[in-house]
Amino acid sequence: MAGFREARGDLRLESVTKSFGDFVAVDGIDLHVPRGSFFALLGPSGCGKTTTLRMVAGLEQPTAGRVMIGETDLTGSRPYERPVNTVFQSYALFPHLTIRDNVSFGPKRRKEKDAAARTDDALELVQMTQFAGRKPHQLSGGQQQRVALARALVNHPEVLLLDEPLGALDLKLRREMQVELKRIQTEVGLTFIHVTHDQEEAMTMADTVAVMNRGHIEQLGPPAELYDLPRTRFVANFLGQANTGVGAIEDTDGDHLVADVLGTKVRILKSRSQVHEGQVLFGVRPEKVTVSRKQPDGVGNDVKGVVRDVSFLGVATSYLVDMPSGTTWSCYEQNLDVEPLDLRPGDEVWLTWNPGHAFGVAVDEG
Amino acid sequence: MSALAPVSQVAGDPGIHPVASAPETQKRSWTAYLLLLPGVLWLGVFFLLPLVQLAAVSLQSRYPGFPGYYYRDVNFSNYAAALTDYAPHFARSFLYAGLATFLAFVIAYPLAYAMAFKAGKWRNLMMICVIAPFFTSFILRTFAWSQILADEGWVAGTLNFLNLLPGGAIINTPVAVVAGLTYNFLPFMVLPIYASLERADPRVIEAGGDLYANGFTTFRTVTLPMSMPGVLAGTLLTFIPAAGDFVNMELLGPQRGKMVGNVINDQFLAIPGGYPVAAALSFTLMAAILAMVFLYVRRFGTDELV
Repeated sequence: MAGFREARGDLRLESVTKSFGDFVAVDGIDLHVPRGSFFALLGPSGCGKTTTLRMVAGLEQPTAGRVMIGETDLTGSRPYERPVNTVFQSYALFPHLTIRDNVSFGPKRRKEKDAAARTDDALELVQMTQFAGRKPHQLSGGQQQRVALARALVNHPEVLLLDEPLGALDLKLRREMQVELKRIQTEVGLTFIHVTHDQEEAMTMADTVAVMNRGHIEQLGPPAELYDLPRTRFVANFLGQANTGVGAIEDTDGDHLVADVLGTKVRILKSRSQVHEGQVLFGVRPEKVTVSRKQPDGVGNDVKGVVRDVSFLGVATSYLVDMPSGTTWSCYEQNLDVEPLDLRPGDEVWLTWNPGHAFGVAVDEG
Repeated sequence: MSALAPVSQVAGDPGIHPVASAPETQKRSWTAYLLLLPGVLWLGVFFLLPLVQLAAVSLQSRYPGFPGYYYRDVNFSNYAAALTDYAPHFARSFLYAGLATFLAFVIAYPLAYAMAFKAGKWRNLMMICVIAPFFTSFILRTFAWSQILADEGWVAGTLNFLNLLPGGAIINTPVAVVAGLTYNFLPFMVLPIYASLERADPRVIEAGGDLYANGFTTFRTVTLPMSMPGVLAGTLLTFIPAAGDFVNMELLGPQRGKMVGNVINDQFLAIPGGYPVAAALSFTLMAAILAMVFLYVRRFGTDELV
């Protein structure tokens, strides 16, 4: 196939920028995706994640920067010249072709000799063999999704791109497909790049998550790391819930910073704070906060608040607590005590946490 | 799934539901027939009855010695005459209509493609240009073409100057007729093709590129097949009226070598007692077009049109 570029190795984006007129969709991002990993690009709509994906596919060309796979520079090459395939958001199946012809489209264009056998294998992999003779409009959304996946996988691309592939499915089917996608990725061992705005989806499926906002990558790492130690205010709020408060750093105490937040002294490990002087946005995850009726022993890291709302969730009870500063914190009581706290809205409570769970990020942002 | 099964059984509720809704369904179906009534009446009075009348006329015989008079009969000789005497006219009609359809397709497809994918802010203006001719009458526009293609006109003048016109003239030749037909029916080709291209999901076309098809291959294997319903509709909307047309031949064509539409026109209006032959010609033309359309749709048709 004329122009087709065999390339093997990690995917690298080097200072990739994409502008549409005055609007900068992707602003000089660097990305390194190791071969065979499941990588998620997570962010709100309009953050540039789909544009980034389309530049890897070749459907858009970067305004500046390079797209590499291994040692091969793919910048400027056409989509059909790249060892990359896409599962489109709306599936984009060929409506005039049968499921089998949809899946064999790629291998036929590349004049593969075993196109038919590979098509059968791919249909088998996504369990769609019995639908091979149908047209796309005769299938349900979940089935079309599987066909779109098979149509891309059959080509054994070096990198498989998934553009919000589960967005159109209902919750139950989405959970099933998440497990299914993860299984298939493990089975075929290809690099998957998954674009999504659903943080739960990104966290459950990906080895590495890059959180994008306004054309930048805010933070990149394993899901647990991003959740445990967000490095920006955006990540803290976008990935799960965070209880936060703004205050000034006043002192240091050994390994800790001491800040005056919410009318109390809180401690943050120096290694867990992005700022070491001036204003800081202090944060702690809701499940790390303990609720009690009496002030616990010890100094700092506790705040008195008033219960605003109580929701019984079964395994836990969730509380919304109004803090003195005017913000509202969220926390849980695990339902394992014989005598639960039995809090009511209006009750005064003390919230406390282990300073090792607290984090600090820069305040001024967006 | 198994956990949901009991729920769906309850929701199905097979015992009560159909009984309760039966009268309502009955009422709704009567409403549907009532709504259809005006259309059915219209078709019956203005399409079916004249058709039966025309069929009856096509079987009538002339009174010998009384030109212009005919009597009720079951006489198929009119059809025999239509097929033997006027076979060349039929052939010419289908040839010219076929050529015009082909030319209109060749002109319309790139135009519709540009409007659907490349025009951007010019799209509406282009659409207006396609539709604008409908604001003047078909006859007037065809007269305008007789001016454009006239011997003193700039088209024939330029071609003659360059020695590119072997016959020396365009007007009153089959070329002028095909040009007129192509021009007059072009919008009927452009609009359905444009509609089908515009409806196509651009992601599907991108998917062609993503799956190793270059620009031309993507067009051949994805874009063109997806627009086939529009191409089919456009060719039918062009070919059918062009095959029965007589105005273009009348105003732009030669004196001899007419199309079947002109024969029908003359038989009805100019020749005394020509009604039975004209009716037989009309029916033959209709049958021939129906047969061709049937074969064509069977060959190229898609789910949407058949």
